[in-house]
Amino acid sequence: MRVLLSGNEAIARGAYEAGLKFASAYPGTPSTEILENLVQYKDALYCEWAPNEKVALEAAIGASVAGVRSMAAMKHVGVNVAADPLFTFAYTGVTGGLVLVSADDPGMHSSQNEQDNRNYAEAARLLMLNPSDSQEAKDFMKLGLELSEKFDTPVMLHVTTRICHSKGLVEFEERKEVPAIPYEKNIAKFVATPANAQVMRAKLEERLAAMEEYSNTVSINQPEYRDTKVGVITSGVGYEYAKETFGDDASFLKLGMAFPLPRKLIKEFASKVDKLYVVEEMDPYIERHVAQLGIACEGKSLIPKYGELNTDIVRTAVFGTENPHATVEGMEAVVRPPVLCAGCPHRGFFYALSKRKNLVITGDIGCYTLGSAPPLSAIDTCFCMGGSISTGHGAAKALKLSGQDKKAVAVIGDSTFFHTGINSLIDVIYNKGNSVSVILDNRITGMTGHQENPGSGFTLMGEPTVEVDIEKLCLAIGMKKENIYVVNPLDLEETGKALDDAIAKDEPTVIITKWPCILKKFSAQDKEDFDLSPKKCRIDQEKCKKCKACVRTGCPAIHSGEAIEIDGSSCTGCTVCLQVCPFEAIEEVR
Amino acid sequence: MSEAKNILLVGVGGQGTILASKILSDALVKAGYDVKMSEVHGMSQRGGNVSTQIRYGEKVYSPIIGIGEADVIVAFEKMEALRWIEYLKPDGKIVINDYEIPSAPILMGKAEYPKGITETLKEKADILVLKAAEVAQSLGNPRVMNIVLLGSLVKAMDISGIDWDEVIRDNVKKGFEDINIKAFNEGMKQ
Repeated sequence: MRVLLSGNEAIARGAYEAGLKFASAYPGTPSTEILENLVQYKDALYCEWAPNEKVALEAAIGASVAGVRSMAAMKHVGVNVAADPLFTFAYTGVTGGLVLVSADDPGMHSSQNEQDNRNYAEAARLLMLNPSDSQEAKDFMKLGLELSEKFDTPVMLHVTTRICHSKGLVEFEERKEVPAIPYEKNIAKFVATPANAQVMRAKLEERLAAMEEYSNTVSINQPEYRDTKVGVITSGVGYEYAKETFGDDASFLKLGMAFPLPRKLIKEFASKVDKLYVVEEMDPYIERHVAQLGIACEGKSLIPKYGELNTDIVRTAVFGTENPHATVEGMEAVVRPPVLCAGCPHRGFFYALSKRKNLVITGDIGCYTLGSAPPLSAIDTCFCMGGSISTGHGAAKALKLSGQDKKAVAVIGDSTFFHTGINSLIDVIYNKGNSVSVILDNRITGMTGHQENPGSGFTLMGEPTVEVDIEKLCLAIGMKKENIYVVNPLDLEETGKALDDAIAKDEPTVIITKWPCILKKFSAQDKEDFDLSPKKCRIDQEKCKKCKACVRTGCPAIHSGEAIEIDGSSCTGCTVCLQVCPFEAIEEVR
Repeated sequence: MSEAKNILLVGVGGQGTILASKILSDALVKAGYDVKMSEVHGMSQRGGNVSTQIRYGEKVYSPIIGIGEADVIVAFEKMEALRWIEYLKPDGKIVINDYEIPSAPILMGKAEYPKGITETLKEKADILVLKAAEVAQSLGNPRVMNIVLLGSLVKAMDISGIDWDEVIRDNVKKGFEDINIKAFNEGMKQ
């Protein structure tokens, strides 16, 4: 049976077919759907959302050590978080096979950077597989688990947005159960003390040599020889673009396994072709190794080293021929930037925040990063997930030390707070900071499409579970009770008062805003805790003076034309516009 | 260069481009083609533009296309037609839904929705303009606008030998099969 599957669906299917028993991940575009799809096989395996990528990988490592096949999946920047256990696990090796899926995002469709994680495979010395379509995504997931056990190494399955989110035809196979390898205590193998690790490091060289030998002979690295005037070395989705650019006449060396690279094979291939190209997205990873072998090739001198590639870009870069196409002069499509949704609970908070002056506002990764966009423009920094509270703490100390009359406010989401924000808040309290830390609790992981998290009350497998009580957690790490404010972010007065109070204090403070994401499927608990009955707001045109105060909340349901109007089909009756209207021209209708 | 045919569906998050793409790609798979479909996820629920690319033929390599490579574009929203027009082949066709969704800068009064889009594009390409929202409304359900557009797209693709009724039945919500089939047929007539 051949089914049209995205790369992420195919990876999940491959893991299932290969007898995988344990999977852990933190959601992140473009990797999220891997575990969302794996959960359909929950009768045969276990899977979970971890609070962050390091925890996900460590849990998968534990499952491997205990003898079952496991995986951890994450977006490229998640591997930064998980890098600590990763580098050492490459020393110890595995018991059950372990695959780490790294989903990179060339072109930054939904990311803060576009790092090329193939470099991680080389730096940590992991065997790396690089599928070029959905069928290979499934096949290589399975192969990865086998090779992990064969070579006693963690394996990186390196995919990119276009592999993850493109669909292609995939052949299904049955699941093969793989019996667990009974646990045996092995201190010399798994306890990375310096004495043991020194032995492991030496052994790693032997493993690398064996893996390279395999890389030279494995079928997924074999050349396709046709006309040898032109030869192309390529890997991942780059193969698809190269194949269409150079056609069926050129010879190809497609690297399904790009670490360790098959140096013998590359030399042999290069010697048989007259002109050699390397086609790869992002860094000149393969090209650098080809150059180190003293082989001349054309790569990044022609092909862009950042951004996403496609056939047109590769062809234009190599042959300089641009496709004929229509152009329209004197008329341009207006940009369509993503905005906080109509009814988003973050809008009320950011509106209140934007009215306070003399602030340094450190932001984080999530829907609420959109609070940086005009007209609210209420976020000053955003670097990485979980970083806002610590960045705010450092800024607060620096502002105080240098006598700048400004206060630091850090903004973070609920899932992001659990990710790595908790440590940061401990830092603020332990080191006697005075920044205001705001936790925007919208009862779900929003940006990636509503995944459960430790505060939402449910697991990935749909079971009810314990909820982290953020307020009690803050108390337990030393936050004073009177310095914790819990507010409804859609109540501007309440939120504004909490902000003014917290900003005025010279000690650590926390504001927890609580209201569910408007797009969320509300739980019974949500319906009990919040008034979520359907409501709308309407502008009384006779009272409206067109002052546009409501427009400045940035709500996409409000249309500013000749008249200011609220689109009834998208308004959810959050009443933020009603509260900011100085002429009482907006009314709530049920 | 590959002989694959390239279809581009563009619109705004929430307009149902994904379902239309799924029906089309399922139909193409059933018809025996190699198919690849690519979409950009991530921020579409938050009012951004969305695009899905479908490529089909004997053998398809790249999952995405570049400038000047689309055989048919269907724009679920008028300004999106303008945004993507350079992706159309010189002899390609573009189906445009005469339907406006102003983006954030327009809502805030910082920019104006471009005027005369269809008139301008008429001079550049083989275009079909329809009011799919009105067609859907006349059928009694504004939500089937996407399937009306799918019908017009399929007509522009000039493809035969596919049992569309069956594919639509397989893909839409139970109880909504007939209205979606009607919507598709209305789209074909436009």
